[in-house]
Amino acid sequence: MSAGCHDTGVGAGADLVQVPRVALVGSPNAGKTSVFNGLTGLRARTGNYPGVTVSRFVGSCRVGGQRYVVEDLPGLYGLEPVSPDERITVDVLDGRLEGVPRPDAVLIVVDATTLRRSLGCVAQVLGRGLPACVVVTFTDELARRQGRLDVEALGQALGVPVVAVVGHRGYGVSELRELMGGWRAWTAPALAPPTDPAERDAWVESVLAFADYRAPERHRVTRRVDDVLLHPVWGTLVFFAVMVLFFQTVFTLAAPLQDGVESLFARLAELVAERVGPAWLAGLLGDALIGGVGGVLVFVPQIVLLFLLLALLEGVGYMARAAFVMDRVMARFGLEGRAFVALLSSFACAVPGIMATRTLPSARDRLATMMAAPLMTCSARLPVYVLLIGLLVEPSRKVGPFGAQGLVMFGLYLLGAVSALLAAWVFKRIGDRRGQPVPFYMELPPYRLPAPRAVLVAMWSSARAFLRKCSTVIVGTAVVLWLLLNLPLQSTAHLRAAGVDTGDPVAVSAYSVDHSYAAGLGRAVAPVFEPLGFDWRVNIGVLSAQGARETFVATLGQVAAAEDPEDPARALREMTYSDGPRAGEPVFTAPTVAALLVYFVYALQCMATVAVLRRETGTWRWPVIAFSYLTALAWVMAWLARTVTVLAGG
Amino acid sequence: MGGVQRALAELEPGARGSVSEVVGGEVPAVARRLADLGFVPGAVVEVVRRAPLRDPVVYRVKDYEVCLRRAQAACVYVVEGQP
Repeated sequence: MSAGCHDTGVGAGADLVQVPRVALVGSPNAGKTSVFNGLTGLRARTGNYPGVTVSRFVGSCRVGGQRYVVEDLPGLYGLEPVSPDERITVDVLDGRLEGVPRPDAVLIVVDATTLRRSLGCVAQVLGRGLPACVVVTFTDELARRQGRLDVEALGQALGVPVVAVVGHRGYGVSELRELMGGWRAWTAPALAPPTDPAERDAWVESVLAFADYRAPERHRVTRRVDDVLLHPVWGTLVFFAVMVLFFQTVFTLAAPLQDGVESLFARLAELVAERVGPAWLAGLLGDALIGGVGGVLVFVPQIVLLFLLLALLEGVGYMARAAFVMDRVMARFGLEGRAFVALLSSFACAVPGIMATRTLPSARDRLATMMAAPLMTCSARLPVYVLLIGLLVEPSRKVGPFGAQGLVMFGLYLLGAVSALLAAWVFKRIGDRRGQPVPFYMELPPYRLPAPRAVLVAMWSSARAFLRKCSTVIVGTAVVLWLLLNLPLQSTAHLRAAGVDTGDPVAVSAYSVDHSYAAGLGRAVAPVFEPLGFDWRVNIGVLSAQGARETFVATLGQVAAAEDPEDPARALREMTYSDGPRAGEPVFTAPTVAALLVYFVYALQCMATVAVLRRETGTWRWPVIAFSYLTALAWVMAWLARTVTVLAGG
Repeated sequence: MGGVQRALAELEPGARGSVSEVVGGEVPAVARRLADLGFVPGAVVEVVRRAPLRDPVVYRVKDYEVCLRRAQAACVYVVEGQP
């Protein structure tokens, strides 16, 4: 087995043929991730275990000259799995998972403050017979809460190496690395821990007594804060206050930053218009790239802020409380409290929302939540809503003390959220027809001041996904769209023959757009969208938004650019059908705008979401199902919205 | 000592008891998981608080806090008292 390895431990000559694999196991809140980050320095590859909805984290670390592959296995409480994630961990430990080699050694991560419970799991893992080392985390918190643990004695009692690591402070990580270097020489327990639950319980007590363990005092702050936050009346009030503040902060704090980004891109566009010679290049750079990407990057401050708040609430421990408070409500829809947190994240973007479903132990809950997450009003819909609501409702109109525009916006958020819950309910009902339900349990960790680094890392990893979407999907769509709108090039002779005044750039541009490939495409799909009242230009907008919703705004901007690129809304308001039975009538009537808004509430127009669904579920089946059901639903609901608005005399 | 055996789900916040039995009902995985979470015979359980909508409920067992829904708490039987 150790062919090619002549010396054990930290060899000077790197053994590149056989890289030892070290796996991290432990319960979900034990601090596995910060130990993993401490060892691998955030250079983790994320992927999926073959064929299942379970994400996989693999990194590497170097001790001496030797490289180690470190794998962060899904959290578990015991080796008798109740969820697919736990089954993966057990199968990997037993070397039964195809395509994933059995680890050479395991690091068992335990939270010092919950040692009395965690040692049961340690006993089960030690029973698997792999070289093992126990990593004790949160020893700082144990000491703060008047607890006590003799780490060395714990090692003697368990018969394996034990090291204390406070991951987020980096304390103990170098000792752990050193220990890993000598994994071949790790001691094994003289006697395997008992397997019978009652005997195991007695074994745990004897180990704790030997290690001079004293459990931590109850966390007073947590108890007092929970007295308020989980109070039937105050708790509910605080919950709603947190939710309101959450959105308020995001929208008000981000506004000045957004203005900054906006003016930066406006300035860039000006520069391009002034400096870049050929008109076509200026158009491509200015309209397609700067206009398209700038229109989306405007939302970066808001999204980053949203992710920062989510990471903070999670790090402090409020998210577990929010899940606890909302569990009963979510249970009505067949879900559990943690699904609420995932859906809440989807208000920022469905991509992190779908990733947040990883905390759900039940695979069926996970799938139902993932199928519902794209219905939550993500920030990409916001620019579309703002544009369309502007076409639908006068800014000055009021209903009681509230602005009518704000109410429509609120209504759309509500429609999305209610639809998401109903969709989750339907998918859960379908899934529940087979298999056993997973019992509900959730730890309520004490409130902790999160390490700023951990919060920033969590924020950045979510924001990065959004930025990647901007730089790939949206840039690509913007360029393709620009080409479609500007090709074929119309020769002067052809324009004259068509009766266009070639001296008038607006007329030339309008003619070119109306005879472009894009127009052809828009007209080709017209039969599909005709019942919804969309004309070819709206069709192009909807088609281009298929990659990313925000593109709709940029597209209509590009289409309307011939008239007024700075204020597409005004140009749009005056837009009329250029052909067909409704020729000459205005396009953006109340029924059409209502249909468009509702279409955007339901349709899955986001390639990033499709990609993350593929990645998280490990098959194309679920993204295809989500895309089909949401697109069909979007059309039907949009048609209903149009019909109702027409009947209401809009 | 030696009180009556009651389901954990029937206890009011503030009550304490020691686990006498964990039953899984139709799903044996539930009993095993409850044992992994610390609900083993002899363990002391305290009812900490109910959610504002009365379900789930936070329990303190083995020095940590975990919440269970009524359905799961009904699988755990305890003997009330101050051990």
